[in-house]
Amino acid sequence: MNFEAIGENFPLYLSGLLVTLKLLALSLACGLLLALPLAVVRTVSRGWASRAVWVYTYTFRGTPMLVQLFLCYYGLAQFESVRESWAWPWLSSASFCAWLTFSLNTAAYTTEIIAGSIRALPAGEIEAAKALGMTRGLLLRRIVLPAAMRRALPAYGNEAIFMLHGTSLASVVTLLDVTGAARQVNSKYYLPFEAFITAGAFYFVLTLGLVGLFRWAEGRWLKPMMSR
Amino acid sequence: MLLHGFLPSLFEGAAVTLAVALSSLAVAALLGLVGALAKLSRSRVARGLAGIYTTLIRGVPDLVLMLLVFYGGQLAVNTVAPILGHEDYIDIDPFVAGVLTIGFIFGAYLTEAFRGAFLAVPPGQREAGLAFGMSPRQVLWRITLPQMLRHALPGLSNNWLVLIKSTAIVSVIGLSDLMTRGQQAAGTTREPFSFYLAVGLIYLLFTSLSELGFSWASKHLAIGVKEGRL
Repeated sequence: MNFEAIGENFPLYLSGLLVTLKLLALSLACGLLLALPLAVVRTVSRGWASRAVWVYTYTFRGTPMLVQLFLCYYGLAQFESVRESWAWPWLSSASFCAWLTFSLNTAAYTTEIIAGSIRALPAGEIEAAKALGMTRGLLLRRIVLPAAMRRALPAYGNEAIFMLHGTSLASVVTLLDVTGAARQVNSKYYLPFEAFITAGAFYFVLTLGLVGLFRWAEGRWLKPMMSR
Repeated sequence: MLLHGFLPSLFEGAAVTLAVALSSLAVAALLGLVGALAKLSRSRVARGLAGIYTTLIRGVPDLVLMLLVFYGGQLAVNTVAPILGHEDYIDIDPFVAGVLTIGFIFGAYLTEAFRGAFLAVPPGQREAGLAFGMSPRQVLWRITLPQMLRHALPGLSNNWLVLIKSTAIVSVIGLSDLMTRGQQAAGTTREPFSFYLAVGLIYLLFTSLSELGFSWASKHLAIGVKEGRL
């Protein structure tokens, strides 16, 4: 084992860590923002709107994220109208496509997670709110969404970890995230063990961090509700 | 012509993808079974090893593990081979590397699924088997394992759906799977959108068929089980 080259390239790994964290935070935040209204539509509406959301989540959950990423980054260039549109500077950038794909992907999973926990809400909580004369909007904002989001925490924690691991795909479209840094070190020095084990250690620590974060969040928001 | 005549090539790739997925599932199921039995065993060493296995594997992305096994395995094999008297350079088969890596990864997830399923079988079943004079191995094969399967099905189906999508990353180490065939066709025809869309639809077909199959299996395995109704 020769970890000298890794030490020399440590700044490369650190900048990769920054890319990974940025991608993860932006995708999770946008995915969650998109998932909230979609989950409400999915559970409240019974018509075409709910079907449309279902088609979206079904296709995104049924295909590999790598295919989705390639469709966005390489695929869209096929159309001249896209290449000449105002959005092209963004759509031809690997980091924008990675962010867009990851956000849409995690939004699809998160929508189903939140919709599932909305459906599983105890009927009594909703009846009590209605008996107090709450309007539908107030009911959603004060009762349904907070309660559903608390209960979705354990499943959402898993999704966040899957997303962290998913960001490693960004290295396939040339981005220099942690995996990308490891691939560069490997191709430069031919040190596969050292390069990828270092990357693995970074992800492992990040995973432990996420697990701890969600354990704390569950203790803060979910446990107090469950004990009663 | 539909997709410029690349459709047969895509189908060949789809067959490779399916072969990788099924072989990986076999490896994963075996490792999962061993892992679950280790986690439930009385031996502290076995429990410790299984714990390290599931924690480490579930903490690292599959792509990183894949690259580690492929490039690292290449180096290891070619360091060891000359010592054993082998002269030529050995190329690691991406199929083997892919199947081993994906099987190894999902073995960790299936360990957890199987562990929960074993715990869901009432202990009286095992005790009754022992009381009949069956050996522990007979009890495992005839009593616990068949009943555990029904409880393991939801976890198994979830993991299978994730696994079949994970196989797309074997394209990164150069296996000629569905994804690679799509890339080749996209490069030749300069119509990447059409081909990646077709590739995505084939994956969607696989996952949809799997879901149908699992819902049939869960009904089939639950024959004779009384369902509680509210």
